Amino acid sequence: MKFPIRLIRNNTDIKFLSYRKVCFIISSLLIAISISFLFLKGLNYGIDFKGGTLIEIQKITGDADVGHIRELIKNIDIGDVQIQEFGNSTDVLIRVEQQMGGDSAQQNVIKLVKGVIGSQYEFRRVEVVGPKVSSELIYSGILAVLLAIVAVVLYIWFRFEWQFSIGAMLALMHDIIITIGLFSILQLEFNLSIIAAILTIVGYSLNDTVVVYDRIREELRKYKSMNFLDLLNLAVNATLSRTTITSVTTILALLSLYIFGGEVIRGFTFAMIWGVIIGTYSSIFIAAPVLLYLNIKRDWSDS
Amino acid sequence: MLYFSKFKITYIIVICVIGFFLALPNFFDDDKISDFSNILPSNKINLGLDLRGGSHLLLEVDVNYIVNEKLEYLLDETRLALRKSKINYKNLLVRNNILSFISLKESQSKQVEEVIADIDLNISGNSSLDKSFIIALRKENNLYNISLTDLAIDSYLSTAVDQSIEIVRRRIDELGTKEPTIQRQGKDRILIQVPGLDDPARLKSLLGQTAKLTFHVVNMNASEDNIPAGSKLLYNNDDPKLAFVVKKRSIISGENLIDSQPGFDSQSNQPIVNFRFDTAGAKSFGKITTQYVGKPFAIVLDDVVISSPIINEPILGGSGQISGDFTLEEANDLSILLRAGALPVPLIILEERTVGPGLGADSISAGKVAAAIGLLAVLVFMVLSYGLFGFFSNVALLLNIVFIVGALSLLQATLTLPGIAGIILTIGMAVDANVLIYERVREEIRNGKLPINALDSGYKRALGTILDANITTFIAAVILFQMGSGPVKGFAVTLAIGILTSLFTAFTVTRLIVSIWLKKYRPKALPI
Repeated sequence: MKFPIRLIRNNTDIKFLSYRKVCFIISSLLIAISISFLFLKGLNYGIDFKGGTLIEIQKITGDADVGHIRELIKNIDIGDVQIQEFGNSTDVLIRVEQQMGGDSAQQNVIKLVKGVIGSQYEFRRVEVVGPKVSSELIYSGILAVLLAIVAVVLYIWFRFEWQFSIGAMLALMHDIIITIGLFSILQLEFNLSIIAAILTIVGYSLNDTVVVYDRIREELRKYKSMNFLDLLNLAVNATLSRTTITSVTTILALLSLYIFGGEVIRGFTFAMIWGVIIGTYSSIFIAAPVLLYLNIKRDWSDS
Repeated sequence: MLYFSKFKITYIIVICVIGFFLALPNFFDDDKISDFSNILPSNKINLGLDLRGGSHLLLEVDVNYIVNEKLEYLLDETRLALRKSKINYKNLLVRNNILSFISLKESQSKQVEEVIADIDLNISGNSSLDKSFIIALRKENNLYNISLTDLAIDSYLSTAVDQSIEIVRRRIDELGTKEPTIQRQGKDRILIQVPGLDDPARLKSLLGQTAKLTFHVVNMNASEDNIPAGSKLLYNNDDPKLAFVVKKRSIISGENLIDSQPGFDSQSNQPIVNFRFDTAGAKSFGKITTQYVGKPFAIVLDDVVISSPIINEPILGGSGQISGDFTLEEANDLSILLRAGALPVPLIILEERTVGPGLGADSISAGKVAAAIGLLAVLVFMVLSYGLFGFFSNVALLLNIVFIVGALSLLQATLTLPGIAGIILTIGMAVDANVLIYERVREEIRNGKLPINALDSGYKRALGTILDANITTFIAAVILFQMGSGPVKGFAVTLAIGILTSLFTAFTVTRLIVSIWLKKYRPKALPI
C-alpha cells in the first residue's frame, strides 16, 4: 500500500449526475415517509417541549430494579410515567408527564417520587419544565431553525447566484425533514439538544454544499462551453476526496463522542452523525443536480 | 502566500504563546495557581451546572397576585370612601382583575367620581406615577369598573421583581452556597443558578414561601360558623387542622424583626426560633402584650397559624420566641426566612434543572475520554491521508484545542456538556480547511506545478472556499447562541470559538510551518 493512503483515487470520473433521477426518487420517498410519520406518529417530545419531569437515578449499591421502581411509583398518583434503564444497569430514567394545574403543580412530582424510592437511589439529575417554559421552548426552537435557514440562504444568495441559494435551501430542507423524520420513525426523544443538532446539521450540510458550489462556479468560469451536466460531474469529482475525508474525520470525532461521551448526550450525537451522512449525500446528489433545473447562467465573463 | 516577514512570524508566535498562557491555568489545581498567579493568568474555564453539578431554577413573579393585592387594597379604600360620602352602592367586588360596584342613585354620579378621584392610592411601590396612570375608570350606566393600567402593573411588577431578587439573594446566601447567580430575566422572571448543591429541595422550600409573619389577636368571642367583620378564619398545620378566628388586622408584622435565630427551649428542650424586634416593633409589642395578658394570640406565617401562645406577662424587651413543634431544621429554616425578610409576592417555579455532582463528574470524564479518543482517531487518520502534511495539520489541530481552552478561559464563557460536544465536533471539522488546501495542492501538482507554486496556489485558491464554508457554520452557531438556552448555548459558544480559532491555526499556522519546511528542505517533490 502506498503512503499516504488515498481513500479516493486521483482523477475519479464517477457519473454522479446520472444517478440523479434515482436519488431524487429515493429522497422524495424518504421525505414522504418522514412527513407521513410526522403526521401519523408525531415526535416523541422530551420534557423540554412537552413539559413534565425527568428524573435520572442511580442505585447506590448493586443494579437498579426497574420492575420494583415501577411497582413503587404505581402507588403515587402522578399520571403517565415512563421508566427505563439508562445507559447501564445501575442507572434508571423516569419520565413523568406534565401535571394538571399549571406551573406551580409540577414540583410535587419530585417530592412524591423521592418519598417512595428515596433511600436506595441517588438522584443524579432532575429536570422539571412547566407548561409556560415548554411552549416558549417550542416556539424559540422552531424560530431558531427557520432563522438559521433564512440566514444561511441569504448568505449563499449574497455570495453566489440566486439559483445556488435555491439549490442549497432544497438540500437543507431535505436534510432537516429527513432527520426529523428519522426521529419520528425511531421514536427517539426529541428535545432541545436535537434542535441544537439540527442547527449544526444546517451549518455542516451547507458547508459541504458550499464547497461543491464553489467548485462549480470555478469550473463555470474556466469551461465556458462545457456541457453543464459534465461540468457538474467534474466539480463533484474534483471535490470528492475532500468531501470524503472531511466527512470521515467529522464522523470519527462524533463516533468517539457517541460511544464514550455518555448517555446524556447520545441523542444529540446520533442526530449529528446522521446529519453528516445525509448532509454529505445531499450536497452531492441533491444540491449539485438540482442546479441542472435552475437555469444557471453560463456567461461568467463579467464576474 | 508562503512568504512571511519577520514581523508576521513574530506576531503569529506571540499569539500562540498568549494562547498557551491563557490555557495554562486549566492544567493546574487551584492552590497551585495562586502560587504563580502574579505572573500567569488565573482564569480557568467556567464549568456549567451540568458539569459541576448544581441547580438552575427559573422563577416567575405572580403578576395576578400583585394586581389582586392592589385591588383588594383599593376595595377597602373605596368602601370606606363611599360610606363616608354616604353614597348608596351595591356589588362592590374584585373579579378578573377589575374592581367594580354599582351606584344606586344616578344623581350621585358626580359625587362617585369625586370620591374615586380622592382615593388614597398610596399602594406602595412607585409613587412617582400620576394617579391617572395608575388606575383606569370605566363607567357603563351605573356600573363603575376600576382597573390598574398596564403601566402601573409593569411598574409594580418591576418593583416586586427587584425586591424579590434581593430577598432571594439573602435567603440563598444563608444557605452558605458559593457563587450563586441570581439575575432578572425578562419582565417578570428571576433566574437562579446555584452550583454544587446536593439537594435543591431545601432551596426550593425556602424560595417557595413568601414568609409573611404576622401576629394577630385571637378573637375569643367568635366561633368558626360566626365570623364577625374584621376577623378571619385561619388554621394551623396540626392533623386535624385546628381553626382560629383572629382579628384581620395584625398587631405587628415580620417587617419589624431585626434578628431571628434558632435555639432550644430552656424547659422542654424543643427547637424554637428566637426573634428580636426593632425599637418601634418592641414598643408596640410591649403595649399589646400588656393589654392582652392572659389571652392567646396567633403567630401566623403565610396565613397558617404556626403557634398560638398565651401571653403570660407583658413582653417589654422586644424579643420573644416561637415554639411550634419544629424540627431543628424547620426552626433553622424559619429563622433564615425571618432574617431574610418576606417576599413581596409568591414566586412560581417555571423550570428546574438539577444535576448532581456525581453525574457532572461522570460527564466531564466521559467528555475527556471521548475528546481524547476522537482526537487520536483524527490525528492518525490525517497522517494516514496526507503523511507529513497530515502531521502539519495535526500540530495546528492541537494548537487549536489549546486556543479553544484559552479563549474559553479568557472570555469566562461557560463550558457545558454540549459545549464539550462542540469542541469534539470542532476537532473533526477543523481539519477541513487543511483538507481543502491539501486537495488543492495535490491538484496543482497533477497539473505539473513545482512544489512551492503548488503549495502557494493551493493555499491561495482554497481560502475563499474555506471562508464560505466556515461562515455558514458560524451563522448557525450565532443563531443557536441567540435562541438557545443554558447548556445549548454552551455548544454554540465552543462551536463558534472553534471555527474562529481553526481558521487561524489551520490556515495561518500550517502555512507558516509549511513555509519554514520549504525553506529548510527545498524538496523536489511533495510527500502529499
